[in-house]
Amino acid sequence: MNNVVTAENLGKCYGDLRALKGVSFSIAEGECCGFLGHNGAGKSTTMRMIYGLSTVDEGRLTVLGRSVRLTPPDIKSLIGVVPQEDNLDPDLTVAENLEVYGGLFGLRRREAAERTRELLAFMGLEDKTRARVDELSGGLKRRLVIARALINRPRLVVLDEPTTGLDPQARHLVWQKLRTLKAEGVTLILTTHYMEEATQLCDRLLVMHEGTILAEGSPRQLIERHTLPWAIEVLVPLEQVPPGLNDKVTEAGGEVLQVVDGLFLYAADGEALWSRLGSWGLSPHACFLRPANLEDVFLKLTGKGEED
Amino acid sequence: MGALRVLNRHLRVFGRTWQHSAMFNVIEPLLYLAAFGFGMGALVQDIEGMSYLEFLAPGMVTLSAMYAATFECSYGTFVRLQYQKTFLAMLAGPVTARDVILGEMLYGTLKSALFGTVILAVVAALGLIRSPQALAIPLLLALQGAVFAALAMWYTAYISNIDYLNYYVTLAVLPFFLFGGLYFPVSTLPAWVQAANYLNPLFHSVEVCRALALGQAAAGLWLHVGLLVAIGALVLPAPLRLMEKRLIN
Ligand SMILES: Nc1ncnc2c1ncn2[C@@H]1O[C@H](COP(=O)(O)OP(=O)(O)O)[C@@H](O)[C@H]1O
Ligand SMILES: [Mg+2]
Repeated sequence: MNNVVTAENLGKCYGDLRALKGVSFSIAEGECCGFLGHNGAGKSTTMRMIYGLSTVDEGRLTVLGRSVRLTPPDIKSLIGVVPQEDNLDPDLTVAENLEVYGGLFGLRRREAAERTRELLAFMGLEDKTRARVDELSGGLKRRLVIARALINRPRLVVLDEPTTGLDPQARHLVWQKLRTLKAEGVTLILTTHYMEEATQLCDRLLVMHEGTILAEGSPRQLIERHTLPWAIEVLVPLEQVPPGLNDKVTEAGGEVLQVVDGLFLYAADGEALWSRLGSWGLSPHACFLRPANLEDVFLKLTGKGEED
Repeated sequence: MGALRVLNRHLRVFGRTWQHSAMFNVIEPLLYLAAFGFGMGALVQDIEGMSYLEFLAPGMVTLSAMYAATFECSYGTFVRLQYQKTFLAMLAGPVTARDVILGEMLYGTLKSALFGTVILAVVAALGLIRSPQALAIPLLLALQGAVFAALAMWYTAYISNIDYLNYYVTLAVLPFFLFGGLYFPVSTLPAWVQAANYLNPLFHSVEVCRALALGQAAAGLWLHVGLLVAIGALVLPAPLRLMEKRLIN
């Protein structure tokens, strides 16, 4: 079997709101696939369908070889889930959270205790074994949720915004652990609105926007296909930008993108465009030349920048 | 099977917190027993051949059982559902929404039987139980517990705010125990209240409980047991369906 998840024309309505408008994708075994999109794009809705918290009302969804309307327990027993919102059990200690969750998967008590020790070590939580959940910082909580998702040695792990709200250090630690999992052959599906996370971790990305998939490909492919290779950020207020600049850039073979109050210029040859900015009345000191990246693709496709 | 795994989580928590729940579930009925038993007991003559304390004791046993199931499957369930998101966490594992809710009700049932039995042991030690037939009471308490767990879960499935649980306590639970024949014989009540009591699970339970405590087991009691089973069976599907709809969307 090569495809772990296949979706054909998935649709979902919440009352009058069409949260998913016919989404199709497939995810291969061993791959790390990222869903990139703003809040409300429909990422969590898609994830919830995969891990059995939401019904498939329109379209078809195949998870681990089985066509599902609501992912059943025997399929769920092969999946690990990191939900968007931490839902650790505050009535239990750190270790108990894992042990009890192991029990839910039918692990015997000793097995669950053993697996708990392994996972606490893996996620660097050994010295928190007996701590209460509400004593943990946000980063530690997130690590515990990830550990919990691994209790059943899943073949597929679904991570809904695994690092939102974490500081950079904690984020790097999580990335490192996810790379280890991937190296072990675990299929990873994650959602994010961090471009860096998507670039660092994912083999393939699906850019979601308002319930549809706008583009798909590796980070590199997306940049090649959807934007020119060089970007110039214009760092002056829009009203100080010389009139007619847009036309001049376009005539020179470049592209202009205005997102809210920001102005971005794109070119096949960045140096060449850069060197002409002065003659168009724009001080090069107020401009920043860099290679185009995923954020540019995202800006262009969705017309909005990265969220904090 | 899934429901038992869910129950396992609750038992793990119970292992840590039983002292607190015991405080609440055991002390309160005993306070009632002391206040009414000694206070009222001094004024009231024997009721149907029992001292007032003997009359009251089975009522306090069933009251404790009702509290345990009711509070677990209302406040307890609501907190896990709405604030702690425990159910969503469980549902990502290999269980269904039905398993999760059945597991909740099993826990309520078990606590009901347990705390009712604790009160039973206390009143037995006080010499208020006359017959070994009372050994069957824990089974009755489990049945009663299941009925009250289902009722509380049904109401909890509807509400969006924890404050609404007060309505259930005031408008359902309170009349159940005030008019259910716990503190005085129902024969003193107007005929229509007596008739309405056939819908009151606590009334059926306390009738059976009192008969067993006195050693007066009789075939007629099966009517009460049967009605308890019927109420439970009628109510049970609703909370399962409502909670499933609430959890899976
Ligand atoms: N249970 C729900 N009830 C009603 N609307 C919902 C529900 N879940 C999600 N939505 C709506 O569906 C849209 C997509 O949400 P979601 O999948 O959570 O997006 P994302 O995870 O990409 O931020 C949003 O507009 C959100 O408000
Ligand atoms: Mg989301």
